[in-house]
Amino acid sequence: MCSDCGCGDPDVVPLEVQERILSDNDRTAAHNRAHFVEAGVLAINLMGSPGAGKTAVLEATARAAAGRLHLGAVSGDLATDNDARRLTAAGVPSASITTGSACHLDARLVHHALHDVAWRELDVFFIENVGNLVCPAVYDLGQAFNVVALSVTEGEDKPIKYPVMFRKADLVLLTKVDLLPYLGVSVAAIEDGLARVMPEPRMIQVSARTGEGIDAWLRWLEERRPPRPAAGARGHDHDHGHGHGHGHGHGHDHGHDHDHDHDHDHRREPGHHHHHHHHAGGHDHDG
Amino acid sequence: MHEYSIVAALVDRVAREAGPRHAHVQRLAVTIGELAGVDVPLLQTAYDTFRAGTVCADAELTIRQVAAEWRCPGCDTALARGAPLRCATCGRPARLTAGDEIILERIEMEVPDV
Repeated sequence: MCSDCGCGDPDVVPLEVQERILSDNDRTAAHNRAHFVEAGVLAINLMGSPGAGKTAVLEATARAAAGRLHLGAVSGDLATDNDARRLTAAGVPSASITTGSACHLDARLVHHALHDVAWRELDVFFIENVGNLVCPAVYDLGQAFNVVALSVTEGEDKPIKYPVMFRKADLVLLTKVDLLPYLGVSVAAIEDGLARVMPEPRMIQVSARTGEGIDAWLRWLEERRPPRPAAGARGHDHDHGHGHGHGHGHGHDHGHDHDHDHDHDHRREPGHHHHHHHHAGGHDHDG
Repeated sequence: MHEYSIVAALVDRVAREAGPRHAHVQRLAVTIGELAGVDVPLLQTAYDTFRAGTVCADAELTIRQVAAEWRCPGCDTALARGAPLRCATCGRPARLTAGDEIILERIEMEVPDV
């Protein structure tokens, strides 16, 4: 009750929250990231416009990496599973995430998709995002690195038109460079744009068609692979899913349905989202 | 159009606070940075569309916008807008010091006397 005048009106309480609106997504992303780190899998969030050549680059990557790296992927797509089928045919076992009308992947969609791919056995796990230069940049998925595919046909000013996306990029793959002789596109102008939106611009020129640059891209990936877990710590046949190994001892159900909204589990774990390393470390409590 | 999913997350978050208190939410204050990837008019439209029938039905949304600010981590010099993101003096890569916020700052709600 209002304590000033006794009028009987309810009090208006200002509650200072000061929290990221997407904090639930951030927590799920941290959970995904902990899984990838613990398993020694390099997770890459591959973004870019529709038609930038994301799938084609992955197909070329698979050809070049055959026998060197185990690759796998999930592909976000509004309506089809074409990309996942193309990747699987190219030797990259892939699952599809059909987002319906959603213009981006979020951490929960990725987490669900992990049940459909034997991702633990992989060296590099590609999360091929929905073709879009805006929305995907806003959502952390738990990846180690963001890679943005930008094709030479898209125009030199794409980086400064989409600064949010390119700021998040750890690497830009300039794709379809085999077309450069036919276009009036200046690679230097693209590099200048990137320097204005990326504090540490890195770009590799590739052609999925000719294979140019794919080796440099593979080297970039190999240099960033996390350490493998010690022998024995890996490959134990537990369900990757929810609830295991969070380092808390209250023994909740490990065999429960995968389709529930597990975000609630995380909320019961104070500080979990800031301490995902402890998540990995606490992995063995249930043997 | 991820603004709708941001509004959904916002309304969920508010419901977690207001629900258990049986509170009547009157106002929300959020901060959106220039480089957050959120279109502010679209966020407002999405909120106005989405709030009906939720705990936010009567709650006014106040959006504070924050300009992007890049600074040198060495000498703290602010970079000119649109300039390459490298300090002209030290040569170090700049750091974004403001402008990527997507923050729920405050919920103002009427809490019934119990």
